[in-house]
Amino acid sequence: MTAAFTSATADKAARPSRRRTLAGWFLLPATAVLVVFFFYPLAAIVWQSFTQPSYGVGHYLALLNDGVSTTVLLRTLRTALVVSTCTLFIAYPFAYAMTKVAPRARGVLMLLVLLPFWTSVMARNYAWYLLEQRDGVIERLFSAIGFDGVVLLGTVTGVTVAMVQVMLPFMVLPLYSSMSSIDRRLLDAAVSLGASPYRALRTVYLPLSLPGVVSGCSLVFIMTLGFFVTPALLGSPQESLISQVIQTRVSSLLDFPGGGALGTVLLVVTLVLLFAVSRISRPTAGLSKVVDGA
Amino acid sequence: MPSQSLSDKRLGWGLRVWVAVVAAVLLAPTLVVIPMSFSASETFQFPPHKWSWRWYEEFFSSPKWTDSLLTSVQVGLMVAVIATVLGVAAAFGLDRTRWRARGAVRSAMMAPMIVPGIVVAIAIYGVFLRWQLNGTLLGFVLAHTVLAVPFVVTSMQTSLAGYDRTMETASASLGAGWVTTFLRVTLPQVLPGIGSGLVFAFVTSLDEVVIALFLQTPDIRTMPVQMYDSITAEIDPTIGAASSLIMVATTVVLLVPLLVRRAPRRSQRS
Repeated sequence: MTAAFTSATADKAARPSRRRTLAGWFLLPATAVLVVFFFYPLAAIVWQSFTQPSYGVGHYLALLNDGVSTTVLLRTLRTALVVSTCTLFIAYPFAYAMTKVAPRARGVLMLLVLLPFWTSVMARNYAWYLLEQRDGVIERLFSAIGFDGVVLLGTVTGVTVAMVQVMLPFMVLPLYSSMSSIDRRLLDAAVSLGASPYRALRTVYLPLSLPGVVSGCSLVFIMTLGFFVTPALLGSPQESLISQVIQTRVSSLLDFPGGGALGTVLLVVTLVLLFAVSRISRPTAGLSKVVDGA
Repeated sequence: MPSQSLSDKRLGWGLRVWVAVVAAVLLAPTLVVIPMSFSASETFQFPPHKWSWRWYEEFFSSPKWTDSLLTSVQVGLMVAVIATVLGVAAAFGLDRTRWRARGAVRSAMMAPMIVPGIVVAIAIYGVFLRWQLNGTLLGFVLAHTVLAVPFVVTSMQTSLAGYDRTMETASASLGAGWVTTFLRVTLPQVLPGIGSGLVFAFVTSLDEVVIALFLQTPDIRTMPVQMYDSITAEIDPTIGAASSLIMVATTVVLLVPLLVRRAPRRSQRS
């Protein structure tokens, strides 16, 4: 029975079956839709930024020299860096705890992590709006411990705080999946050889969990760069992030080439980062993990 | 950090407190939105002083909210069906071809997940203005389908990864034609993947704001856009009721395939 199966499979692998070439056609509908409604529009917006109203890199030079765009881009990059660092520090011990507890408790923690992922984007941002507003819960908490006038709404800090919460699942899941493959007996070995528990964690555990750290950080960083709703609702026009500027240009000013140029910059930064990180790990794998987990 | 043996299953106190704090942060928004929806006040004051059902009544009686809900559900259902058909076919295609370009095609399928939302939004808005698709149901459906396909492909790939192809050979060797084999062997096994793809596509569309903000017109807008406006343009606490309803609905919709998917796996293992 088994022998028959094996020979059948081997036979199938040996000759390129017609079914297999046929299967290629299955890719056609999705590819066609993506080409027409995704890749073509993207190409068009990039093309416009170089050709309208005249050919050249005029829009890009304007971005360099208008004194605002570079500031906005740097502010966006800085925010993304702060968000990914904070998320890492919050998520690391949490993911570590997830690998240690019993399966049932792990299930509960996993459910908690996926909760923000399930909660609608608008509901989450509305919640943070309520918490961060003037006379809101956060301001009152701070004034209770002696700091008056801490209103996060309308500041980059407010945006950062909300983004960290939203991004936690995207950090915890890659960390957890990387940590759960670490053999914990290595730590015992390190301790038995005279290392303190802290040293064992730092010199054995931390390096082994590094792939998860890289994949989580890059995923969070890249996603934060392109966030629109949170900065638009919780931030301020005076300290806007790149996506707000793009929206204003296109939506209010109908400046497609100019907004497109800024969009192209954001796109290129994202792709370069992805490419750089893909040498070490695959951030999209982290994203798939979140989808699988949910 | 733990102080006893490192392979110990128990958590140190520091770690326990940390986990509790993170859990609170993760739960906070949900805990804010639901009580807020029962407020009696006309403002966004939180916590509310008086309670009422008035925002739920407002949600179900005001045409701007009911219309937007209807639009969102219509768009979501169409996206779920179209994206699932496209995504399932594509996942099968990716699974069964051995082209050299396969990796590139797969990356291309995943691209809508990676490209920043705002860039996709202005790009689609640009061409949809020319094609007169903005402010139409079809426009919303097409734009959201593009975003939903990668989710369907991903959930199908998980399903196909655990799928044993020799079953098909066995079925064929027992005399079944490929239609029978597909319907009675392949389909039942990948059904959970199709189901969760369907749900993901629906939720992706239901939750999408950025593109919908660009494609909206005064005549047609989705519910997240209406919610966005109720914070930025008007102070309308109906958003609390809308948020709570959508949160409950998504949780239910997402929990169902989770339970369906868990059940057969468990029986296989035992």
